[in-house]
Amino acid sequence: MAKHENTGSKDTRSGFGEGLHELGKENENVVALCADLTGSLKMNAFANDFPERFVQVGIAEANMMGIAAGLTIGGKIPFTGTFANFSTGRVYDQIRQSIAYSGKNVKICASHAGLTLGEDGATHQILEDIGLMKMLPHMVVINPCDFNQTKAATKAIAAYDGPVYLRFGRPKVPNFTPADQDFEIGKAVLLESGKDVTIIATGHLVWKALEASEQLAEKGINAEVINIHTIKPLDKEAILKSVKKTRCVVTAEEHQMNGGLGDAVAQLLGRELPTAQEYVGVDDSFGESGKPEELLTKYNCDTADIIKAAENAIARK
Amino acid sequence: MSDIKHLEKVASQTRRDIVRMVHAVQSGHPGGSLGCADLFVALYHSILKQDPSTWTMDGEGEDLFFLSNGHISPVWYSTLARAGYFEISELDSFRKLNTRLQGHPTTHEGLPGIRIASGSLGQGLSAAIGATLSKKLNSDLGYVYVLMGDGELQEGQVWEAAMFAGAKKVNNLIAFVDWNKRQIDGDVKDVLDLGDLNAKWESFGWKTMEMNGNDMSSILSTVEKAKSEDGPVVILMKTEMGAGVDFMMGSHKWHGIPPSNEQLAQALEQLEETLGDY
Repeated sequence: MAKHENTGSKDTRSGFGEGLHELGKENENVVALCADLTGSLKMNAFANDFPERFVQVGIAEANMMGIAAGLTIGGKIPFTGTFANFSTGRVYDQIRQSIAYSGKNVKICASHAGLTLGEDGATHQILEDIGLMKMLPHMVVINPCDFNQTKAATKAIAAYDGPVYLRFGRPKVPNFTPADQDFEIGKAVLLESGKDVTIIATGHLVWKALEASEQLAEKGINAEVINIHTIKPLDKEAILKSVKKTRCVVTAEEHQMNGGLGDAVAQLLGRELPTAQEYVGVDDSFGESGKPEELLTKYNCDTADIIKAAENAIARK
Repeated sequence: MSDIKHLEKVASQTRRDIVRMVHAVQSGHPGGSLGCADLFVALYHSILKQDPSTWTMDGEGEDLFFLSNGHISPVWYSTLARAGYFEISELDSFRKLNTRLQGHPTTHEGLPGIRIASGSLGQGLSAAIGATLSKKLNSDLGYVYVLMGDGELQEGQVWEAAMFAGAKKVNNLIAFVDWNKRQIDGDVKDVLDLGDLNAKWESFGWKTMEMNGNDMSSILSTVEKAKSEDGPVVILMKTEMGAGVDFMMGSHKWHGIPPSNEQLAQALEQLEETLGDY
């Protein structure tokens, strides 16, 4: 894509690892905790350079969340690292009581989210984490789209006082957002301007949305593409402004249709601007083993699905 | 008056507060609260290095206390109020709409003295470990104390936390277990027997001690000894659920039910009003 150049595919988890390492150098209050997945979360650089601020908790995620909550007392900024499944569903009550309700400044950093975890299969492919976390009062939920944005988000959440869920993934994906971007929590990023349909995407599906918009253009359809890296708080103004213009919307996420970005957008539009909406996401199903791209295709989360959804949305205007 | 005599007088008033608070709203947990009254009074009137007038969440340079079994909130609220963390008259708002004295303790309403919410069991030891690690990073020599129920030890997270603190030799951490051997459904040994508690904690790398949690001298001397130990210490604290009120002792049934008007009068007859009721 001419306007959006892939500068070399990288995994978003490595963006987290680099961001965390830089934070370690810049802010002595940043501490990191990991539940036996230091390599998978790319936390080695932080662990090696700041061993006194790195807590290896072993395979004990509930304890990790509790220790993180306790570390905030005394001014530390804890970043927990494990897979998205073990960062949310496994420890939901610990997060709810000890972190969210207690208003603790913990950054819950979750890798291997969604289908693109791949071959490990459905036990590890959580598709419900965005919903679980956005239901918790005052929890910020962020799902950046590429390496550069994940790194920027990692650094930005350290400066925000309050609990945050940061979701990223395992595979190498196109890296196309600016390396020097200012990451503003809760601020949507307009990637393509258009008038026929608004495509609102998050995480790995943002690149797919750009691919879809290019192919839609060849069909004479002019799509607006918005990257919603922050699902909560949702940038209502940006969404309403776009949808007022296009009068139809597609949401795209690597998550269940139930409870994710699509539902957040639907709730906003239902209240403020009832609009035809098509969902791209997983339809009430668990995942399975396979290559990331194969899984996105089988579970209707691919570029072709976004194109089809855009055409359906336009037809419903 | 000796320190012990003074502490016992405060404890008597605390027990009056507990039964009156629970009676007033006809809800709450008197049994465990009464059983732990002596420990709370000893902590907040003798053991803890603290200054209620300058309370901060971070508690820099101070000792910190965490309550994991949050349902015994009445004893904590009474002790905090009588130690000067907030007005004693606020005890009257316990469990009422818009109160800072929620059924289970929370930071959400900004009540001084509370550093994390508790109620869903098994989480306090992890939080206390985190606070201890934070103090270590800050070169802060304060101690961190945490109280858990014995039934609460059935929660798996407690043992994740125990394994961590033992393996990493976390210092300046002193845990109490309210070893009253009762829980909601009956005696702990019948619900789910904890086995040899001393051996369990020792095998997780903790130094264990025992004390009579309804005896001020035993509490003060045991905690003093625990402070000089290297690594985490757990104090198995033998208490009587309902201690101080004869008809509430000897069974699990006063875990979470309030006294009637007659029962309140009967309880107050047994508890001397030493500092003035709220």
